[in-house]
Amino acid sequence: MIQFIIRRFFYVFPAFIGVTLLTFSLIHLIPGDPVELRAGERGIDAVRHAKLKAEMGLDKPLTVQYIKYIRGVVKGDLGKSFVTKRPILEEFLALFPATLELSVCAMTFAILFGLPAGIIAGVKRGSPIDHTVMGVSLTGYSMPIFWWGLLLILFFSVKLGWTPVSGRLSALFWIDTDTGFMLIDTLRSDEPGAFKSALSHLILPSIVLGTIPLAVIARMTRSSMLEVLQEDYVRTAKAKGLSPMRVILVHALRNALIPVITVIGLQTGVLLAGAILTETIFAWPGVGKWIVESINRRDYPAIQGGILIIATLIIFVNLAVDLVYGIINPRIRHTR
Amino acid sequence: MSETIAASSNQAPPDTPLKEFWKYFSENRGAVMGLYFIVFAVILAVFADFLAPHSPFHQYRDAILQPPCWLDGGSLKFLLGTDDVGRCILSRLIHGARLSLFVGCIVVTLSLAAGIILGLTSGYFGGYYEAFIMRLMDIMLALPSLLLAMAIVAILGPSLRNAILAIAIVVLPHYVRLTRASVMSEKTKDYVTASRVCGAGPLRMMFIVLLPNCMAPLIVQATLGFSTAILDAAALGFLGMGAQPPTPEWGAMLANALQFIQRAWWVVTFPGVTILLTVLAFNLAGDGLRDAMDPKMKR
Repeated sequence: MIQFIIRRFFYVFPAFIGVTLLTFSLIHLIPGDPVELRAGERGIDAVRHAKLKAEMGLDKPLTVQYIKYIRGVVKGDLGKSFVTKRPILEEFLALFPATLELSVCAMTFAILFGLPAGIIAGVKRGSPIDHTVMGVSLTGYSMPIFWWGLLLILFFSVKLGWTPVSGRLSALFWIDTDTGFMLIDTLRSDEPGAFKSALSHLILPSIVLGTIPLAVIARMTRSSMLEVLQEDYVRTAKAKGLSPMRVILVHALRNALIPVITVIGLQTGVLLAGAILTETIFAWPGVGKWIVESINRRDYPAIQGGILIIATLIIFVNLAVDLVYGIINPRIRHTR
Repeated sequence: MSETIAASSNQAPPDTPLKEFWKYFSENRGAVMGLYFIVFAVILAVFADFLAPHSPFHQYRDAILQPPCWLDGGSLKFLLGTDDVGRCILSRLIHGARLSLFVGCIVVTLSLAAGIILGLTSGYFGGYYEAFIMRLMDIMLALPSLLLAMAIVAILGPSLRNAILAIAIVVLPHYVRLTRASVMSEKTKDYVTASRVCGAGPLRMMFIVLLPNCMAPLIVQATLGFSTAILDAAALGFLGMGAQPPTPEWGAMLANALQFIQRAWWVVTFPGVTILLTVLAFNLAGDGLRDAMDPKMKR
């Protein structure tokens, strides 16, 4: 097991180095002169240009620049935003809890509905329920989620007036954001109704963000269930006279869950990409919206830093998924 | 004796591969429906100039935000209503089909061609070259596709051409990995060894011996790739990083729809429905294609 963990860790390094190379080259690939971009003016005189260039470290050879960049990254120094002049890491960390909260809620929604739907569809193969689940999940999988968000706003917020249109909390409340997670912060505060307001702001974005993972989980659970239900041990369990419920939930489901867990882990990337669109629609003050704004403002250090942090996060989530997979499935960790 | 001969000659000749394929494909009703919709969309795209009732750019200033024809205030002149500057939504959707299918075609062609070359060479030559290519693909897969595409657009600047390029780069790893995996499993088979013994060179081995036997999963992936390309292009258009206004692109049509959500639901609804149906059609057809081409599924 230890060996498996170590081997898996060694896969992380090339990926991480590659991502840093990518973000490092980003600043050199952009059209135009980075010095002029930084200064925010064109045609600056040669002396000042050279001085600024030296200040930014762009006069050194590329390898030296890269090593300096890596040193900064390891220490958590990702540069400063062109626009706000604040450190990138600080900006990111301030916004990340909002994205994390939204992602966790979306994933909870997806698992809560996707897993049972997939199990039922798998057990009742070929029935109308199966066809409905498969049809709905394929539709969800094909959904342009930015439009899905607009549609839900149109129906639930505008027509019915059940949920708020955007943001994280009603403007009526002023909450100390200690943890950054609105649900926790509002629970700890003694403002009555604040928690309810935070929750109602979360519902629509979570549904929108959770739709594609929901579809993927439902499809995966179904096909995995179908496979497991044909196994000998399921027949044995049935022959022993166990109740169908016990056969499905204990004997079949535990084994069917293994590929489903991998899929859930792999949805992290999908969630973060979806967060970009979802946060833009719902004006959710998270990392995704921040990256879109940074790109529109051509705030290159922010784009660079944001991509680096998100990619690193995904690499580590994938690592964690692999490790969990190795723990629950002995066949994986003993191969090779 | 003569009876047995007669009986065997009475047997129908075996189906041609195409016929056999259609037999399995047409069993899947969803896939056939998807295919019909794709054909319909292609016809709309090709004959957009004749089928669209109005120009997609012309602004009818006297008919701003006019509702669809079946609602009060709607007219038969604009079947699906008009947008905030009085352009016919139906015409824009029809012309948008041309754009979306074009994006799909270009993205799939680019990524398929590059993916096949990289996948074939890395599977065939192996060694450090393969390790390098595959690690590179792993890195690209570690990034959410939309984020990577946005980064590329940030470098190249927002335009439809750059969006197409970005999406083609982003989906590349899937084709490379798929081709490489097929090459790896085919490489050890006898027919490959036989042609090597016959003295076939690397190019012949890769493109004439191996490639045709690796095509089935690639065709399926290419079909599904259409839906990804259309969806991603629409998402980039929506974020203002793809097609620029006034281009009648489906995603870009939704970009500022949020502000009309209170008074003109049709501006919001129709472009989205169109994207959903098109993507769904390609996904259905792709699923059907996979089932029809997978020998394990054939009974």
